[in-house]
Amino acid sequence: MKTTQSPAPVPAGEPGAAAGRAAAPSGPPAREKKEGTVLNVFSHGILVIWAIMVALPLVWAVMTSFKDDRSIFSSPWSLPETLHFDNWSRAWTQANMSDYFLNTILVVGGSLIGTLVLGSMAAYVLARFEFPGNRFVYYLFVGGMSFPIMLALVPLFYVVNNMGLLNTIHGLILVYIAYSLPFTVFFLTAFFRTLPTSVAEAAFVDGASHTRTFFQIMLPMAKPGLISVGIFNFLGQWNQYMLPTVLNTDPDKRVLTQGLVQLAVSQGYKGDWSGLFAGLVMAMLPVLGAYIVFQRQVVQGLTAGALK
Amino acid sequence: MQHGKYRFIVGFLAVPLGLYTLFVVWPFIQSIYYSFTDWTGLSPEFEMVGLANYERMLDDDIFWKSLQHSLLFALLLPVVTIGLALFFSFMINVGGRRRRGGPAITGVRGSSVYKIVYFFPQVLSIAIVALLFAFAYNPDSGAINSLLRGIGLGELQPLWLGDPDLALWCVMAVLVWSTTGFFVVLFSAGMASIPAELYEAALLDGANRVTTFFRVTLPLLWDTVQSGWVYMGILALGAESFAVVQIMTTGPGGPDYSTTVMVLYVYQKAFRDGQAAYATTIGVALLVVTLAFSAVVLRLGRRERLEY
Repeated sequence: MKTTQSPAPVPAGEPGAAAGRAAAPSGPPAREKKEGTVLNVFSHGILVIWAIMVALPLVWAVMTSFKDDRSIFSSPWSLPETLHFDNWSRAWTQANMSDYFLNTILVVGGSLIGTLVLGSMAAYVLARFEFPGNRFVYYLFVGGMSFPIMLALVPLFYVVNNMGLLNTIHGLILVYIAYSLPFTVFFLTAFFRTLPTSVAEAAFVDGASHTRTFFQIMLPMAKPGLISVGIFNFLGQWNQYMLPTVLNTDPDKRVLTQGLVQLAVSQGYKGDWSGLFAGLVMAMLPVLGAYIVFQRQVVQGLTAGALK
Repeated sequence: MQHGKYRFIVGFLAVPLGLYTLFVVWPFIQSIYYSFTDWTGLSPEFEMVGLANYERMLDDDIFWKSLQHSLLFALLLPVVTIGLALFFSFMINVGGRRRRGGPAITGVRGSSVYKIVYFFPQVLSIAIVALLFAFAYNPDSGAINSLLRGIGLGELQPLWLGDPDLALWCVMAVLVWSTTGFFVVLFSAGMASIPAELYEAALLDGANRVTTFFRVTLPLLWDTVQSGWVYMGILALGAESFAVVQIMTTGPGGPDYSTTVMVLYVYQKAFRDGQAAYATTIGVALLVVTLAFSAVVLRLGRRERLEY
């Protein structure tokens, strides 16, 4: 509240409205000051509560990952008496977390590069060249964003199976690329349209081929867009759960998310909850750490598409 | 630019488009076709059965339950998430009090910290979030019930996910927890691009915070809110709800099918029960619901675009 002079109408249906009405004493100057304070305390309180609600489960998970199994059950909120690092080593070796990490890195590494290369090739052609069917191909790609993927997964399982790609790393990479293309093409097409045409034309006049112009001139110019869409795809593919659940059923090929869910089932039988929590935190920390370091880029990458 | 143009276009489009057609477009078309057959998915033989699957679906109580839950997800989750996010982001960006000598429009103190913390869940996989909350909801040793015991509400110990009346709400709460931060950051970016003069003018006219929000911020942010709405609805009908329901609730699908959603039902029919054709039928229903949802939101939300 800054400089309220007249009692403005207060529409209901918004949390702030209640506080605004609750503080309506006499005298304009006093009212102004008091209302501002009450509203500020109220809104700030809610912001703090939500921050705690977001952080608390994460803190709880980290704490639990250092406890022994008995105290997890007897006192879930107490600090660990001693730091049980053995939970972490048990999760890493016995519970196959190292394999899950390796599989995830292979799949995401391959599919991220593939998505960026193929996505930018398609987007460049769609953004810069007129040809019959251009719009059709564009909408074919973009339409993929609004369809429920699960519908396609039923026949896709058999398509992939018939090609001998089921339960293989390279099969999963190809599927990840295909399902990342709609957003990537949508985003990069818009991005290539914003780049100036004069540089590419100059290169072309100098005798560079279309292909060479693309790789040596346009791709470097598109770097900011590639970074944004790259971060978006990295997180999406790293965190992917539905595609591997359907298409990757071999226990040795599991990716991180699948592996953790499986771990929750199997450790539940063994009663090794501390090992499981260590695994969970192990999977959480790299992404959270990377987010804190590259905060600005991550936020740009994830929100860029929706703001277009 | 004509030299070799078509060869270049074909060369650049062939691989991305081929991959996309094979793994995305073709399975979609196939699954609509399969919904008119009696294909089990286990053997390659099948026959056309006309509308039999659709008739069966209309008599299937579990299908109706899953439809009901999916509709609830699609209608309620965006309202709650976007409502909360609008409130938070308004407070963070515009809700601050004027500090002496500072700009007229500021966020509350510590606004950048809030934005960082709120965004945490967005970088985590929904599978990890679901696992974490499955433990937090555990009636005996979970974080929530022991917190209730700790603050003296010992007799209030709900079964959470084990209670058919509560389970669905527990699952929805997790989705709200994990997606609100994304929209806070998204709307913050949108609010940052609203010129400060507009707020100053509103303040001079005596508008309070609530009026400012409804008369200045929301109309200028409308496009972002609307695309966020569609995005959230598609997530709530698709991948996100699949992960939380499949991982968190027993069955999966909850006690007495109390949390089953359409996307999970498609998965179970196809990959657990060997009824691939019937699964694609439910998938087609999910497709219709998703497209109808997007169409309704875009239609109802249409208003004159404000330029600023």
